[in-house]
Parts: sequence; structure tokens; C-alpha cells
Amino acid sequence: MANSERDEATGMQTTGHEWDGLRELDTPLPRWWLIVFYTSIVAAVIYWVLMPAWPLMNGYTRGVLNWSDRRNVAAEVQALQSARAPMFARLAEASAEGIAADPELQQFAIAAGQSAFGDNCATCHGAGGGGAPGFPVLADNVWIWGGTLADIEQTIRVGVRSSHPEARFSQMPAFGRDGLLSPRQIGDTTEYVISISMARARLTPDRAAAARGGVIYQEQCASCHGGEGAGDRLIGAPSLNDDLWLYGGSRAEIRRQVEQGRGGVMPSWEARFDAGTLRSLAYYVHEMGGGEPDAAPAPLTPPQ
Amino acid sequence: MWSFHRWFERHSLILLIGILVVVSIGGLVQITPLFFIESTIERVEGVRPYTPLELAGRQIYIREGCYTCHSQMIRPLRDEVERYGHYSLAAESMYDHPFQWGSKRTGPDLARVGGRYSDEWHRAHLDDPRSMVPGSIMPPYRFLARAELDASRMQDHLRVNRILRVPYTDVQQANAVIDARAQAEPNGDAAYDFEQRYPGAVVRDFDGDPARVTEMDALIAYLQMLGAGVDFSTYQAEAPENQR
Repeated sequence: MANSERDEATGMQTTGHEWDGLRELDTPLPRWWLIVFYTSIVAAVIYWVLMPAWPLMNGYTRGVLNWSDRRNVAAEVQALQSARAPMFARLAEASAEGIAADPELQQFAIAAGQSAFGDNCATCHGAGGGGAPGFPVLADNVWIWGGTLADIEQTIRVGVRSSHPEARFSQMPAFGRDGLLSPRQIGDTTEYVISISMARARLTPDRAAAARGGVIYQEQCASCHGGEGAGDRLIGAPSLNDDLWLYGGSRAEIRRQVEQGRGGVMPSWEARFDAGTLRSLAYYVHEMGGGEPDAAPAPLTPPQ
Repeated sequence: MWSFHRWFERHSLILLIGILVVVSIGGLVQITPLFFIESTIERVEGVRPYTPLELAGRQIYIREGCYTCHSQMIRPLRDEVERYGHYSLAAESMYDHPFQWGSKRTGPDLARVGGRYSDEWHRAHLDDPRSMVPGSIMPPYRFLARAELDASRMQDHLRVNRILRVPYTDVQQANAVIDARAQAEPNGDAAYDFEQRYPGAVVRDFDGDPARVTEMDALIAYLQMLGAGVDFSTYQAEAPENQR
């Protein structure tokens, strides 16, 4: 610091640097700043010792605490499972009536089911189970694959037309698109379908066409939907006697379904939910409005 | 000491080199080992490179800026795992160039959206998000269903990915344009060859329009495979080699 000197105006030392006659005060850094700076260095060293920090050639320094986010989250999820386990065990034994008779269990099943439903099912079936065209309403008492607790749970577990090996599967032929029936025959069949459904009150079917369509119906449709149009839940053939239509209930929409034979896909949820959540979810859907009494509860599927 | 300091301060080029040396030390110490450590990327069964159609869908995902609202990384936190499924693994992004992790969620995380909803739902939702999710603020993307997929550059996309170490074969690269269409045409002539070249990939008419291969096909094909590759019923998160 050969050129360092005292600045008369401030009383401070200068740094001794000089550029074109300009000199620079050697004012020390603020004390608070220095404290923060040195504390940071010390904290960093402590962190290296305690936590995973430095990459090495074949791994990394694991730190004294042996911290692992993966282990922590596994432990937290495990703790959550253990907290739920007693209630899940009771759910496993109970029928729909049994759950309803036990307020504590019912409250739990509804809460767990509602939470899973909101995150996963409401996206397609609507927040209150209100459905959308092509996505069945869950809040009514009309079921394609059955409305007992066991039926609902099975549908959630394996899905519909999903990739699950036991998936519920039905395939309505595309009578129009694949040329199985002529447009005129499809028109007649549509009139007949309207005539056997509650929609006859608002759509007024053409009697002559419906009579012709009845013959076609018995040949083409009755094997799945039943001679009277009652449907068959075992093979996923919807009832045609009500006035609830998956793909819309106008004359044109009913006709389009005969033409195209659409069928949606519901994924299998077996791999995403544990057995207890599956049953809670099934119960929540069951209680949305149209659940049917369950004679004998299915045994709870063992966790995978 | 001062004379050494002065030497640095008075020669800007030397000062610049000095800065570079100091900064490099910090970077090298932290970054270099990552290129050599085996454990940086764990090998996980089920993770495969994108098919050409999925890759095209990924380009559309990036082009439309989906990443500005959707992340693709489930953090190892209890509530995230409860909502979205198993936390994301590094290996699940190993063929992503660049990755789509993100840290901003206006919409939900999409790391495990694959297989969660049906193709039909994706079509309806991309066509008009509010028809499916009433409170959604996502804009509609119905033009995707009308836009014919331009797969003419797929060979180049695969070639660039190969430079970035994605293990596509010569045969896969040569057939990229055909394969991009083949995956969306289950009754097409090329579907069988495609399945041989990309085992585990699904051939399906994703957009519900068998006559055409559209950008909707590509985007849904991409979304339907996100996070669906790894079988977590067999994945051992607790195994020492996976405890990182």
C-alpha cells in the first residue's frame, strides 16, 4: 500500500490507486454486510457436512443427516396410509347399507371418495357427476354396467374399453357408417326406439315408420338391448325405455348413434388407487343419487 | 501483493482471463462429475424414445406454448403424489430435448396424464375446454383437428435427436415419415411394421377421424404416453440404487 494516503475531507485512507489524478477512498464494507457474508460461508460449510452436496466421481457426498427426498415422501405417504388403514379395513368389510348405518365410516368414505373424485373423475363426469355428452351421468339412477356398490367398484377398477385385461367391453355396430342398414331403415329404427322410450312423449314417433322399425329392431338390436328395450347390464347394453341418452336425446342425436355406434373409453383406475380409495370412490358415486342396494359386498381387492 | 493486483487491474485481457478461470472452477467442480457419474440417470424399465407421431405432438405442445401453463414434473411431496401419482423420475425425461418440467402451474401437471382420460375426452377438451371443465380458462385448440399433420421433416427431427444421444436406429430414422402416419392408422398397411419398430407404442386413431392424420392425432398421441411408460407396481423406489 505504498501510495495509500489519508483523505483530508473524510479522514479515510485511500486505496492508493490513481487513474488520471483520481483517487479512491478505501471505505470498509458495512459491518452488517460482512456478517451476512461470513455467516453464509459458514452456513454453506455446515450444509455440506449435513446434507447431500458435492458430486464425486462415483456418487456424491451423502451428508451426516443422510437426507433423501424420496425416502421422506415414501414415509409421509406411508404415514397417511397408516392413518387411513383402520377406516379402510372397516370399509373392506362393509356393504353399502353397512356404511350408511355407521355415520363415522360413512363420513370418512364420502370424504375420501369426494377428494379422489374431484381430482380424477370430475374431469369427465362433471363435478357433481352431471356428465357430458358421451360421458355418463353418475348422479341419476340409470346405470349401463350396474349400480350396486360392487358393480360401480368393478367399473372403476377395470374401466370400460380400457387396456385392462378384464375391462368391461361392449361394442355397438355402426349401422350407418358400416352400411349394415340403409338410411331409410335407420330412420325407421330411430322412430321405433323413440316409441319404446319415454322420449315418445316429447318427440312423437311416426307410427308407420316405428312399425317398420320394430321388425328391424327385433333382428338387429334386441339381442343386446332386449326385446322390450330394457337393456342388459351384464353386456353393457343401455336401457332404451327411459329418456336419458348418453349421446343426446334429440331425434337427430338418437339417429346418429344408430348410425355410428359410438362407445367411449373409461380408463382402468386399479393401478392409480389403493383398494380403500377404490371402495370410497365407489361409495361416493353410489351415494350421488342412484346407488342400488348391494346384496353381498364383494371382497376388497388385495392391493397390487 | 499489490503489484500482482495492479498487474491484473491494469491489463483488461488478463483480468478477463482471470475472471474466466475463477468462474470456471466453480462450474467445473459442480458440473463435470455429472457427465461421468453413472448414477446421474438411473435406467428405468419402460422409458422409451418418442415415436415420430409422439415427437410431432411434442413439437405442437411446445409450439402452442402448453408449457407456459402446464408443468411436467411431479415433485416428491406427499400432496403432489396423492394428487398426480408417483413422483417423476429423471429417467422419464431422458429423451426430452429440451425437458418440459416447468415450475408454473396455471393448469394441472401433465407428467402422468397419459392413460388418465380417454382420447374422446382429450378431443372434446381441446375442442372446447369449458365443455368438459366448466371453470377452465384454457383456450380452445379446435384448429388442431382441422390441421393436417406435416410430418415431412420427421427424419430431420429424429436425426437431430440422434445427435443428442436418443437411440433411434437407422431404420427408424429412414421410416420416420411413414411411421408418423402409421401410428394413427390402425387399419393402414404400415401399422404392423410400425409396431415392430416401436414395441410398446400404441397404434390408434387418436382424433376420431380415420380419414386423416391431423395435429390433433399427434398431440393426443403425445399426451396419452406421458408418464405411462414406467410400471410403478414393480419399480423399487426404496432400492439403494433408486434412493437419490
